[in-house]
Amino acid sequence: MATVIIPTPLRKFTNNSARLEVKSGNIHNSIHELTEHFPELRKHLLDEKGKIRSFLNIFVGNEDIRDLQQEKTTVEENTIISIIPAIAGGANY
Amino acid sequence: MALTIKITTMSFKNIQFSREELARYNRHIIIPGFGLEAQQKLKAAKVLVIGSGGLGSPVLLYLAAAGVGTIGIVDFDVVDDSNLQRQVLFGVHEIGQPKVEAAKRRIESLNPHVNLRLYNTHLNSQNAMEIIRDFDVVADGTDNFPTRYLVNDACVLLDKPNVYASIFQFEGQVSVFNYLERNGQRGPNYRDLYPTPPPPGLVPSCAEGGVLGVLPGIIGSLQALEVIKVITGVGEPLSGRFYIFDALHFETRTFNIKRRQDNPVNGKNPTISELIDYEQFCGMRAVEERPIKEITARELHDLQVSGEKFQLIDVREPHEYSIVNIGAELIPLGLVTENAGRIDKGIPVVIHCKGGGRSAKAIRDLEQQFGFENLYNLKGGILAYIDEVQPELTRY
Repeated sequence: MATVIIPTPLRKFTNNSARLEVKSGNIHNSIHELTEHFPELRKHLLDEKGKIRSFLNIFVGNEDIRDLQQEKTTVEENTIISIIPAIAGGANY
Repeated sequence: MALTIKITTMSFKNIQFSREELARYNRHIIIPGFGLEAQQKLKAAKVLVIGSGGLGSPVLLYLAAAGVGTIGIVDFDVVDDSNLQRQVLFGVHEIGQPKVEAAKRRIESLNPHVNLRLYNTHLNSQNAMEIIRDFDVVADGTDNFPTRYLVNDACVLLDKPNVYASIFQFEGQVSVFNYLERNGQRGPNYRDLYPTPPPPGLVPSCAEGGVLGVLPGIIGSLQALEVIKVITGVGEPLSGRFYIFDALHFETRTFNIKRRQDNPVNGKNPTISELIDYEQFCGMRAVEERPIKEITARELHDLQVSGEKFQLIDVREPHEYSIVNIGAELIPLGLVTENAGRIDKGIPVVIHCKGGGRSAKAIRDLEQQFGFENLYNLKGGILAYIDEVQPELTRY
């Protein structure tokens, strides 16, 4: 199984789990597998067309999937997938 | 040699130190590979610290202590008691004072050899180029997405390295953007990492989600470290790399990041050659096509005393509600849509938060998903209500 590291802002949608296991395959399937288990994650990870939201960064190992094969990037056993959202700090709008 | 800082590399050799300065910087000067030359570069350098809050506090303290010759501080805010949990530049006696003034006093008492330039203003598209132009390095410790993109674009357009740090709850991020690499190429910038901003409301801010006070201390110190490396050319700056710290699990990760051809500022076909409207870019004014109906604090007060039927809803978090409230029903923003059934469709409904942003988001969601047409946003939020109607209530 591959591991997905969930960032702090999204842990409230994963019962506070910081690490989740997904089947190997590719990033598209891994992210969709997560949203099936945790439906509330869906709107944070995927847009209306089911594509990964453009403001999220997803890294496989140390590399950005945009520098690999995007959503088709291979996920192997023991792959670590990191979801890194933009964070800006304290302003209260 | 730090290629990045042309002015410094040209003039640092003329930099002299007094006996007091040599004593003060002794522990730097004796480090092998750092030495007097790096200390001269620090004194010759001009660093602009944007935001003097959680991140800016350690950045300013360490850069001043380290002997950076000229430090600019941009902050429009005043010291508030909710700042003191993490903004170690300030003390209780400075509550209510402009942060730049309070920072100046603290830094002058720490190191009188630092030349300070204060900008008690909002950094915006009109003043950013002029303010940043005269500095060698920028340290971005701002607290919102529009300013992040503004600082980034100004730094790219002016060829300045931008030492970036950001925090939320237990996580921090650091990178060095737009750094002039040894091969003469600029490293990646914020737009290479985050090509598009998140829609407003989807990513919670520290004001809603909180931040552990020590976290900006750690991350801001790393930011100060990178500023010093960029200035002195000592070590390998965090350019082309993106560092993440998870304080809760004590995990750090460093990712590789690259320039993108579609970067609109310095990609293959740039479309941005001057600063734009960053609030609009970040969707803060996307409501323009269909404005949200607003009510002022005075009008709300009139409504309250008129005896007319209306519903008042507060979409802040419970802890904010317990600090101060104006008798509204509490439905935090994250629970608004699932509690839409509690909101009346037949009478006017006024929705408020702290400053008006979250309530606007709640109204937009309710209008789009449930067809509400009777919702009014309290302009300026509970803060405006306190200012205009009930000044005896607690501000926070």
